[in-house]
Amino acid sequence: MYAQMVTSEGKAPGEDLSPEEQAFQDRIDAGERIEPRDWMPEGYRKTLVRQIGQHAHSEIVGQLPEGNWITRAPTLERKAILIAKVQDEAGHGLYLYSAAETLGVSRDELLEKLHTGRMKYSSIFNYPTLNWADIGAVGWLVDGAAIMNQVPLQRTSYGPYARAMVRICKEESFHQRQGYSIMMKMAQGTAAQKAMAQDALDRFWYPSLMMFGPSDAESVHSAQNMAWKIKINTNDELRQKFVDQTVPQAEFLGLTVPDETLAWNDEKGGYDFAEPDWEEFFEVLRGNGPCNEERLGARVAAWEEGAWFRDGLSAYADKAEARRNAQVAAE
Amino acid sequence: MKKQWPLWEIFIRGQHGMNHRHVGSLHAPDAEMAINHARDVYTRRKEGVSIWAVRSTDITASAPSEKGPLFDPAETKVYRHPTFFDIPDDVGHM
Amino acid sequence: MALDEELQADPLFAGQSGAAFEWLCRIGDSTLILGHRVSEWCGHAPVLEEDIALANTALDLIGHTQMWLGLAAEVEGQGRSADDLAYRRDAMAFRNIKLVELPKGDMGLTVMRGFLFDAFHFELLTRLTASKSPRVAEIAAKALKEVSYHLERSSDLVVRLGDGSAESHRRMQAALDHLWPYCGEMFWGDAVDDAMDAADIAPHPAELRDAWDAAVQDVLGEATLQRPETRLDVHLGGKTGRHTEHLGYVLAEMQFLPRAYPDASW
Ligand SMILES: [Fe+2]
Ligand SMILES: [Fe+2]
Repeated sequence: MYAQMVTSEGKAPGEDLSPEEQAFQDRIDAGERIEPRDWMPEGYRKTLVRQIGQHAHSEIVGQLPEGNWITRAPTLERKAILIAKVQDEAGHGLYLYSAAETLGVSRDELLEKLHTGRMKYSSIFNYPTLNWADIGAVGWLVDGAAIMNQVPLQRTSYGPYARAMVRICKEESFHQRQGYSIMMKMAQGTAAQKAMAQDALDRFWYPSLMMFGPSDAESVHSAQNMAWKIKINTNDELRQKFVDQTVPQAEFLGLTVPDETLAWNDEKGGYDFAEPDWEEFFEVLRGNGPCNEERLGARVAAWEEGAWFRDGLSAYADKAEARRNAQVAAE
Repeated sequence: MKKQWPLWEIFIRGQHGMNHRHVGSLHAPDAEMAINHARDVYTRRKEGVSIWAVRSTDITASAPSEKGPLFDPAETKVYRHPTFFDIPDDVGHM
Repeated sequence: MALDEELQADPLFAGQSGAAFEWLCRIGDSTLILGHRVSEWCGHAPVLEEDIALANTALDLIGHTQMWLGLAAEVEGQGRSADDLAYRRDAMAFRNIKLVELPKGDMGLTVMRGFLFDAFHFELLTRLTASKSPRVAEIAAKALKEVSYHLERSSDLVVRLGDGSAESHRRMQAALDHLWPYCGEMFWGDAVDDAMDAADIAPHPAELRDAWDAAVQDVLGEATLQRPETRLDVHLGGKTGRHTEHLGYVLAEMQFLPRAYPDASW
């Protein structure tokens, strides 16, 4: 997902909770929201910072693969739609950094960690967008997968995170639909367009499945995060849901999901499907994906080359304040 | 690390005469720029809104409450709405 | 019913439609190419708030382009669309001013160019709201709302960065010096403009100069920036299709898909 494999800082199973911790857990179990000034276990705070920060980083790094096609969008309307979409992702990053900041960490600190590789972003954004249908595929599959995860997170236990998710989910539906609308045009278009659409699906299918992360049904981290309601479903549940939703959509497009083992399983009421290559996934997380260097490089360059701009505006604000104070003093 | 732009809490009153509502926060070097940023980030420049920007550090909060504000940013571009895209019924829910 | 009558009544569609087409392309191409340059910042701006603001500006400019080039295509009456004009003309048929096709440079250049253009754009649209052509007046009124905000924002940023740190001051001055000789083209006119002026469709661009000068003077003063002594009208030609080398690359990128797949619809 946008936050993958978030390590939990919770207690080991079986370890006793202090009375404070128990009261905290009771509030969560009762469906209450935790707000910034409420008492919370340090582990809960740390885990959330990690998860929300990773999620925020994914939004802004996620601007890049799609931004890659803004100047090449094939009609004025598609160009406008794509700019609006990529802009929304910047907004999502902003909402999420704000949510993280309520936990006592600043946006600049989080960015610093991203830039120095001490915090991650989703593996999916390390894949290239090579043809125009990729912009369709990203909206359809990547935003589609994100929605699977973000809709339940609207009920997450931490108030500011849940509220950010509500606003984000409202915008996401437009994202997925604009992607699918590109896919429809491409799949129903000329032979060359259809080939691009199939190529995009071929390349984005497995990376999209990886977004949910490896199976975590047995994971201790996952169990703690679910108890804290900062993770709502297991990775496998979401992946299954995603496949079940997406396969008919691919069929409607007349495209072939690149999985020969894909078959409907009546018994479980869902599709059986092939696992992605988890070796590849871990390599991408390690920094060896096709675009890790470009993506992080672009973010670092934007930040460093923009330093004079941010500092210049700070300098003006300081001067203006000094001038106001001097004026007040003179009166 | 150089000085970070301070954090501002943004409150917006929509066109329908409701009270200002907290919509979120953002960073800006001073109050005037916080207002401009709020316009760009939280209203997409819809006419007739009134914006308040308050330094986050200037807010005194009562004991925690569980009710948080939700807000729909106004949308001026039709394609931001999911219904702009005709998705055939056969595709199912999207 | 009224469509024909309306067209008859609109001087844009009477007589000098060749000039009207040219004139509309000069505006529409300028908003298109500037929108393109601004959109290059998407995902690369110095801070998230600015990323979002720049995207808004790009969106507005692309929206204006759709209106202006849409109208140009209508006036031309050859069955072309705004997209055809944007994506199927070569550089020599583009009529944008050179100022907007220069590479985006650093944020100093982007902000300064935005301001120099906004100050002109604002004045132009203000005058166009009183155009004898109802179609032109209508588009101008819509665009003016957005451009008023562009100008407010870019003026503010020029002042802040000009009067900010030593480094931001230096960059803003450098951007101004670089862009200044391209600004004269905004006020340059030929027979096309005479025809528009005579039909009360649009003012001659030279008439916008004083208001622009005043606005620029004000803002540069407050920004503690030095108004260049150099000539304003060194780099002309964009409006008649003689561009810088940069435009060809912009178009190569922008037009790639429709050119490579001429039969496709997107
Ligand atoms: Fe997003
Ligand atoms: Fe999205």
